[in-house]
Amino acid sequence: MGIHAIRLPDIGEGIAEAELTEWHVKPGDVIREDDLLAVVMTDKASVEVPSSVNGTVLELGGEIGEQMAVGSVLIRIEVEGDGNEAENVALPEANLSPSPDPAPQKAATIQPETPTTQPRKPTVSRATGTKPLASPSVRARARREGIDLRQVPGSGPAARISHSDLDHWIASGGIQQGQVTRGPNTGVEEVRVIGMRRRIAEKMQIAKRQIPHITIVEEVEMEALDTLRAALNDKHAGQRPKLTILPFLMRAIVEAVRDQPDLNARYDDEAGILHRHGGVHVGIATQTPGGLSVPVIRHAEAGSLWDNASELTRLSEAARDGTITRDELQDSTITITSLGPLGALATTPIINHPEVAIVGVNKMQIRPVWDGQQFQPRKMMNISCSFDHRVIDGWDAAVFVQKLKSLLETPAMLFVEG
Amino acid sequence: MPDQKCKLLIIGAGPGGYVCAIRAGQLGIDTIIVDEAKPGGTCLNVGCIPSKALIHAADEFHRIVSVNDGPLGITAPPPQIDLTKTIAWKDGIVDRLNHGVSGLMKKAGARFVSGRARFLDGKTVSVTDPDGSQSEIRAEHIVIATGSTPVGLPFAPFGGDVLSSTEALSLSELPKSMAVIGGGYIGLELGTAFAKLGTQVTVIEAADRLLPSYDAALIAPVEQRLKTLGVTVLTGTKAQSYSDGLLQTDGGDIAAQKLLVTVGRRPRTKGIGIEELSLTMSGPFVRIDEQCQTSMRGIYAIGDVTGDPMLAHRAMAQGEMVAEHIAGHAVAWDKRAIPAVCFTDPEIITCGALPGEVDGTRSSVFPFSANGRAMTCESEHGFVRVIWRESDQAVVGIQAVGAQLSELSAGFSLAIEMGACLEDIAATIHAHPTQSEALQEACLKALGHALHV
Repeated sequence: MGIHAIRLPDIGEGIAEAELTEWHVKPGDVIREDDLLAVVMTDKASVEVPSSVNGTVLELGGEIGEQMAVGSVLIRIEVEGDGNEAENVALPEANLSPSPDPAPQKAATIQPETPTTQPRKPTVSRATGTKPLASPSVRARARREGIDLRQVPGSGPAARISHSDLDHWIASGGIQQGQVTRGPNTGVEEVRVIGMRRRIAEKMQIAKRQIPHITIVEEVEMEALDTLRAALNDKHAGQRPKLTILPFLMRAIVEAVRDQPDLNARYDDEAGILHRHGGVHVGIATQTPGGLSVPVIRHAEAGSLWDNASELTRLSEAARDGTITRDELQDSTITITSLGPLGALATTPIINHPEVAIVGVNKMQIRPVWDGQQFQPRKMMNISCSFDHRVIDGWDAAVFVQKLKSLLETPAMLFVEG
Repeated sequence: MPDQKCKLLIIGAGPGGYVCAIRAGQLGIDTIIVDEAKPGGTCLNVGCIPSKALIHAADEFHRIVSVNDGPLGITAPPPQIDLTKTIAWKDGIVDRLNHGVSGLMKKAGARFVSGRARFLDGKTVSVTDPDGSQSEIRAEHIVIATGSTPVGLPFAPFGGDVLSSTEALSLSELPKSMAVIGGGYIGLELGTAFAKLGTQVTVIEAADRLLPSYDAALIAPVEQRLKTLGVTVLTGTKAQSYSDGLLQTDGGDIAAQKLLVTVGRRPRTKGIGIEELSLTMSGPFVRIDEQCQTSMRGIYAIGDVTGDPMLAHRAMAQGEMVAEHIAGHAVAWDKRAIPAVCFTDPEIITCGALPGEVDGTRSSVFPFSANGRAMTCESEHGFVRVIWRESDQAVVGIQAVGAQLSELSAGFSLAIEMGACLEDIAATIHAHPTQSEALQEACLKALGHALHV
């Protein structure tokens, strides 16, 4: 028997380390070649690490949430033959025993000696403020299991709580049928912020800490654009991808940043250099099962409405099912965030660092609009845009938002050159 | 001594500190415990243990004195006592226990450092050892277990003929007369012992009755016994000055060769650097939460410094819990009752709620005059009393007064801690003939069907 070590593979250019986010095996498991061992995560994407051998897992090289260097030992597997590692390589002694001790019998789960006698119907009939009656061992067990004894019905005299009452309480998921228990829940659960959540947290922290945000909310009348959108969708029904508002908005952004190139940019604040990009690479904030992800539509200025629409559909699906590539998640120059029907009245979007601007789309709804003589029902939508005030001023922000507004309200302008 | 580091540092090796050290050692926590005196604290060196030794000697002596007047038909010549031998015997017991505690701590893996500790900051303590050299100990967790000291009187500071309990337990000669200022349990225990040995004892209490924290029914048998023993009790009386064997009070002068001052104990929080840590206090005591944590992270306090009741067994339970808390166990102070025993004659036990202390409770009393075993011991005074909740008959308090009762206290606290109801105790067979039957009978009486009264 030998030991085969699997190392963290090189998972992309310039990646020196990755975060361990999932283990799919534990010491003692028998595994086969190609079985999934672990999932690691880089800045952008998750990578699955399969086994290259058959054998028994000896030792895991790290804990969930740990940053591991590329090339470090991820897992050691006992294999037939020599393995790729001499057996005398010092392993931490504690990890040498391949199978953990058999699970110790839980001493606390004492069964009543005479299960035939029916316990009294459990009741919770304690005066408020009185401590529930229970022996010290029952109290200690409840504390270990995080159970508030005040909630637990006791079957003994004076509603005294026994070990078997606790068993029933635990087995019933802590809630008795037909009983409303509304005591304070004093439990605190510790959840490690790892993987994608940690990345999002870090990214948001950088954005909020470094960028002085200025946010403008403006109202846009959507009648004309929505009519145009419906007409185009009718005309090309079944042949071209269905248009949402977003391809139009991308088009409007492309037009607007033509006059204000500072807004389609990435600001390297350490070097003090603003990189103004010719191409408009639009990040689309997308909710995925793991959290917020921002796939990028490259060169939105070069694509047609339908090109951008189909690219948008493809990327957001890839982001949701996890097949998106690292390249498709980076180098955006401006970002759109839309919560769709949940879009609220207004939002304060956080800039996708190191960009300069983000355009937030709020919910479209029919609102009364005063036309000078009477209220008219109109499809209205708010846009909430945030800007890096270090790069631009409030004036520039207002000009940009007004430009978007006029383009969206008069969509013909989107397609007329000059 | 070189500077040291440890995970847990305990200041004070009394019952709280040494139990904490033993438990911590068992749990594999790297532990140092510091005390300038021998391990065991007040309890073992100058408190519980020595006083019980003296009380036992006095009881034995007095038994022989009083047997001639008794109904048993026994006559005996007057006994003699050599107090130096009695004290030597008592010191032997203390010495054995000192070694026992040291051995237990060592066996558990805790290190004992002899010296005086003082906080430098919340993680560092300086220790001055007996020869005056200083060293520092750094610890992740520090437990303050510094105990308490007797409170003196401004007009009669300790020294000479003015004794605290400590000196009273080491007298080489029996005083002819003694005045005891303070009619709490310490004063009464020692006053009774000296009275039994032949000293003329006067007890002066400023409140209007003895043992003010107990109810009148519990102390009545004790008062009666003091009278029989020839002890003069002056309640509602204030001592004013003491010199040349004469104590002046607002109720007249009292001849007293020795003056025993037992007016109370104060937490030992001075001179340890606790003030500089600015811990949140609760009156004179260090304030603690239900894990004995103070207001400063990583600093715990247990025992007398944390308040009443100042009892060794409370400190021990706290010490055990703190060690387990530091080891990461889920623990909290959830004791339902702390029993207290007054080793007067007769002895008083209290455990849990007193009558009227908790709303919705009632009490039931069974007298020892109806208990066969009590009769055969010539100790018919006293009773057992059960306090129970009317709504569900749960027992919330048990008290008793009677001769040689202290061992019954275990059953009392067990019943309350286990959450017993009247029916549980009433349905438990209590051995006959014992005084413990009185507990069962008190519960039966509460249920309306006492058998022997």
